[in-house]
Amino acid sequence: MEEKNIQEEGYCCNCMDKKLEKELDEILEKYTNSKDNLIQILNEVQIKYGYIPQIAQRKISEYLGIPMAEIYGVITFYSRFTLKPKGKYAISVCLGTACFVKGSEKIMERLKQRLNISEGETTPDGKFSIDATRCVGACGIAPVFTVNGEVYGKATVKKLDEVLDSLQ
Amino acid sequence: MKIMSEEKMINLKIDNKDVSVPEGTTILEAARKVNIDIPTLCFLKEINEVGDCRMCITEVEGRRGFATSCIQKVEEGMVVHTNSPAVIEARRTILDLILSNHHRDCLTCVRNGNCELQSLAQKLNMTDIRYDGVKNEYEIDELSPSIVRDFNKCILCRRCVATCKKVQKIGAIDTTQRGFSSCISTVGNNSLNDVNCTFCGQCIENCPTGALHEKESIEEVWKKLKDPDTYVVVQTAPAVRVALGEEFGMPIGTNVTGKMVNALKCLGFDKVFDTNTGADFTIMEEGTEFVKRFKENDNLPMITSCSPGWVKYIEMNYPENLKHLSSCKSPHEMFGALIKTYYAEKENIDPDKIYVVSVMPCIAKKFERQREEMKENGLYDVDAVLTTRELARMIKSANIEFTELEDEAFDDPMGEATGAGAIFGVTGGVMEAALRSVSEILTGKELEKIDFEEVRGQTGIKRATIKIGDNEIKVVVAHGLGNAQTIMEEIKQGKADYQFVEIMACPGGCIMGGGQPIKSSKTRMTVDVRKKRADAMYTIDEKSKIRKSHENPVLQKIYQDYLGEPGGHKAHEILHTHYTEREKYRI
Amino acid sequence: MNTVLENIRKIREEKRQELDIRVNSQVGTKEKHILVCHGTGCTSSKSPKIIENFRKIIEEKNIENVRVIQTGCFGLCAKGPIVIIRPEDTFYAMVKPEDCEEIIQSHIIEGKPVERLLCKDIDGTVVQKLDDLTFYKKQKRIALKNCGKIDPEQIDEYIAFDGYKALEKVLLEMTPEEVIEEVEKSGLRGRGGAGFPTGKKWRLTRDVEGDQKYVVCNADEGDPGAFMDRSILEGDPHSVVESMIIAGYAIGANQGYIYVRAEYPIAVQRFGVAIKQAREYGLLGKNIFGTDFSFDIEIRLGAGAFVCGEETALLESIEGKRGQPRVKPPYPANSGLWGKPTLINNVETYANITRIILNGAEWYSSIGTENSKGTKVFALGGNVVNVGLVEVPMGTTLREIVYDIGGGIPNGRGFKAAQTGGPSGGCIPAEHLDTPIDYESLKAIGSMMGSGGLIVMDDTKCMVNLAKFYLSFTVDESCGKCTPCRIGTKRMLELLEKITSGNGDKEDLEKLEELANSIPKTAVCGLGQSAPNPVLSTLKYFRQEYLEHVNEKVCKTGECKALAKIQIDEEKCRGCGMCKRNCPVEAISGEPGKKHHIDEAKCIKCATCISVCPFHAIG
Repeated sequence: MEEKNIQEEGYCCNCMDKKLEKELDEILEKYTNSKDNLIQILNEVQIKYGYIPQIAQRKISEYLGIPMAEIYGVITFYSRFTLKPKGKYAISVCLGTACFVKGSEKIMERLKQRLNISEGETTPDGKFSIDATRCVGACGIAPVFTVNGEVYGKATVKKLDEVLDSLQ
Repeated sequence: MKIMSEEKMINLKIDNKDVSVPEGTTILEAARKVNIDIPTLCFLKEINEVGDCRMCITEVEGRRGFATSCIQKVEEGMVVHTNSPAVIEARRTILDLILSNHHRDCLTCVRNGNCELQSLAQKLNMTDIRYDGVKNEYEIDELSPSIVRDFNKCILCRRCVATCKKVQKIGAIDTTQRGFSSCISTVGNNSLNDVNCTFCGQCIENCPTGALHEKESIEEVWKKLKDPDTYVVVQTAPAVRVALGEEFGMPIGTNVTGKMVNALKCLGFDKVFDTNTGADFTIMEEGTEFVKRFKENDNLPMITSCSPGWVKYIEMNYPENLKHLSSCKSPHEMFGALIKTYYAEKENIDPDKIYVVSVMPCIAKKFERQREEMKENGLYDVDAVLTTRELARMIKSANIEFTELEDEAFDDPMGEATGAGAIFGVTGGVMEAALRSVSEILTGKELEKIDFEEVRGQTGIKRATIKIGDNEIKVVVAHGLGNAQTIMEEIKQGKADYQFVEIMACPGGCIMGGGQPIKSSKTRMTVDVRKKRADAMYTIDEKSKIRKSHENPVLQKIYQDYLGEPGGHKAHEILHTHYTEREKYRI
Repeated sequence: MNTVLENIRKIREEKRQELDIRVNSQVGTKEKHILVCHGTGCTSSKSPKIIENFRKIIEEKNIENVRVIQTGCFGLCAKGPIVIIRPEDTFYAMVKPEDCEEIIQSHIIEGKPVERLLCKDIDGTVVQKLDDLTFYKKQKRIALKNCGKIDPEQIDEYIAFDGYKALEKVLLEMTPEEVIEEVEKSGLRGRGGAGFPTGKKWRLTRDVEGDQKYVVCNADEGDPGAFMDRSILEGDPHSVVESMIIAGYAIGANQGYIYVRAEYPIAVQRFGVAIKQAREYGLLGKNIFGTDFSFDIEIRLGAGAFVCGEETALLESIEGKRGQPRVKPPYPANSGLWGKPTLINNVETYANITRIILNGAEWYSSIGTENSKGTKVFALGGNVVNVGLVEVPMGTTLREIVYDIGGGIPNGRGFKAAQTGGPSGGCIPAEHLDTPIDYESLKAIGSMMGSGGLIVMDDTKCMVNLAKFYLSFTVDESCGKCTPCRIGTKRMLELLEKITSGNGDKEDLEKLEELANSIPKTAVCGLGQSAPNPVLSTLKYFRQEYLEHVNEKVCKTGECKALAKIQIDEEKCRGCGMCKRNCPVEAISGEPGKKHHIDEAKCIKCATCISVCPFHAIG
């Protein structure tokens, strides 16, 4: 399950590992092996793959000389880093104050109800995942939710339903 | 370095007592100097000074909020109140919160009676948990042969993390997740068995609660003791005898060899042997191996291999340098092997029926015991390893009044040991014991002075050049895996100009092993536990009739009757082993 | 003369003339500048497409003398996307990509403003010019001076409006001591929340001996509902770059770091461009302006942890570790990044520096109140008409911000409370609306300045539920290092959950209060110490609501579902059908024009009907 996203591209396990390793090497090459680069590297891996594959953790551990437990500790500390791939459509509902005051909780509830998963989870078909986010800075058009980073402002339950329907 | 007289002294008042301490002292240290106790949980001197638990808060006049006394340095004219009603109330609230997320099964907890959290709860008169709520629930990790992690009892003091990461430089565990979900764990929450843990057990020694403890073997041993068909032999490591008494309230560094032997006999062991004799065998084999390798310049430096945590460490981290390890088994494994071969043959006992129990200051020995290499004719050399703590628990269960016991002697014929074997349990001891024998083997002359002071003491890495006859041997002694790493990096980078290296995984050596009685953070801060235990070891050596391994008559007889030459074919078969590269992460 | 300096001065002179059109509406030129907001808010509502369309149409129609410029935030986000045409300063609101054609045709070609896109003021009058909007009248823009005026990706435009002039003055005419004195005299205090005097911080860091020191910019703006710093970085990144260099000179550091939330991709990108341009121009790097002072800046990204806005947690994070705060003292001035003396200020604080240097401390300290000088930027949000970014002199009252600038509460609802300081702050009730805002006054009424989030709440909001919201935020974001925050806030949240679900009793309220009073004294960092503030302030001003929840098991707003009794007041109901249309579970029935009813069995107590009812008939 964990490596699913990458497998989808049509590589067998071995080739996939090699391809992944090569890509990771390319990422690592951009940084010195100074320990303070850990979060920068993780950010890049997260953006590229949508999660931090275990093989990446291992390679970063070797490259920076940081034990894997520490890297795991950093990954699980920061909410942007995930250990599992997100859904094809990663939906985030802003639960910042401005959005909260404008009723974003209802959007979140509806979303969880529609997809039948909780925050931080992905639907079994890998299509959708839900996250709560804290303020994307679009308070002017609160409440907002995002789908793969695209912001939908002045959201209502109805609007959410429409968006979900269009993504089905 | 500043000398005392030049140190600037700071004057302050703590609980109305005038205190004068050197600049840079913390409030906590200053208070303890005048016998004012400030409770702590996360504090571990020089290892974990982070101020996380908040127990040590104190009031400093003129300051907003409380001061964290384990971190806050004293300032001139400071007026500190360590036990004002406000402080006590705040402390009780904090302790209440900690207890609210703690599995309070104290009665059945392995640390019942020796738990820093429990004694604080008692001290602060916690009769009720006011802020009770949801508790974190964790699965207990007991897959490894050495360590059990029960994070339902973890209070997030992170002393284990600091020990693993900063002292041992392993980093098998770290803080993961955040907030209320924060948890000390391994990468991917895997078992310690599957990650880079060396099973040194230093985390256990520093855990204030029962969150970390050894994988107990007590039940198996009881079972064998009950079985009339099993011949149960026990052997005790050098370091056990200088620490076991602490579990019965005796002063740190008391040598309780005689009482220990008596207790073991009371428990029903068929024979009580001394691992020190095993240590003498190790010296014979290792010394012989070194002399050979030294003469042939074969894979030098040679590194000792009796610390199983260290062996696992090098197998995982420096597999390309395994050739530097001595091929000798560790003393108790050698001894176990001899019991099941030589002794079985001599006494005409079916080795199958012999059950060898090792009482060790170490939990990595539990792992070492079940390595496939540690087998002779399909039988494990050692069948069970008990820690010093486990032995104490057995003695208590058997209702033996330990402190009242008469001294008894180890059983013959494998109970005779030398002073060289005794000091195996302290850093530098293996090196010193080896040097005593190597010198005499190499020169053929008796040593004038057999104390090698240069390799003694608590310095993390000790380097010395020893003149033996016409030869100069450069030796290094390192203890604690953090220091071992320094040495391994030197070897890896080709910078090693020494020939013989002793490494012990635990800082201080086996006397401070992961299976030894656990001392509170406060005791560790105020008493030099290491030195007291080490002094006891050296006293045993000093008082020994024979102080060189090769002079041990038991050894001489067994080599003559059974093993042949040290380092010879049969000796190799029984007393030596090999090592394999090990994956750091099997995940 | 130094060639870098010469070049900058040349650009400043030439470019300033060229850009006079941006500030002078009387300028006699045929040229037109179409300014389109490219901040996060407007970008979310398709402003990049608007820019693209404008450019395409201009090219297609072969129109000369018209430039389309992407700018930073204008502030009035509620009316975004915003387009301004200069020199006439016409203000178009809520522009859609398909409106571009009409704007070009009507406004640019025919010279007739597009009436339907002009912005309406609070009173409904159509406003032609930006400056005529009530929203801007009480504002004073210092930190936001260039936001909405220049293209943030063009260093030349920044230079044109006195950019890097303060740096020139500092490096060529002032000693570090004089710089610090000036900042001290200005009375500027940290805009990140706590309000520590900036000049004093600079001096402390300067006075510590050390061969290596660092300047850090805290751009980890994590307070939900706050986006001041983001707007500055997006709209005027060079002002922060310039001020960081000045700070480096003042304290004796040659390396700077800016720690930005990864959630702010536009800000990160713009700041990156700014650094690159500054390096190309020789404003960052070795021997700036031929002096022996060198300085450079690196960007570090956050990864989603609110606590990293706490300065020591931020340092840990820059070092690549978990963002767990350190116990203070020692303060970063003594032991900061990698143990070296480090100066940390937030974005808005830096954004004030250049103006202080150029206009003088006396000018700056003439603005504001006795102990809080200058201006403060607020992100005005929640139940207020003009959601957006406002910069006002310290001492402006809450009422002025909410009603005059913010346009009051929408939907005819009443004001219940304003929340400042985010999860660390408190709720301010109507009785304190006339408090002049500064650091001390906010503290005195149980809130705090915080970084500048200002959330207005109308009377449909339950204050107990709000306290629960903030607590759940803190529990989520607690780093877990110290006991009071890790377990204490969790217990507080549990108590609030108990109370809002109707299971709370008097003792729970007592426990809640005890913990709320204890945690601030024992937690390690600012996050934990201030975590109970939302509870303490709501208990102070809205205790009655807590008591209703506990004693009567009622939540009058209906926000706490378990305690909601949602009914339609038959006398007030006009049968408009708003509630029926908006009910997600079809629990409301009623014919148009007739009284409506709620089927209690179907009702999920989401309270949507309460907030949509135009006659306030539901409660």
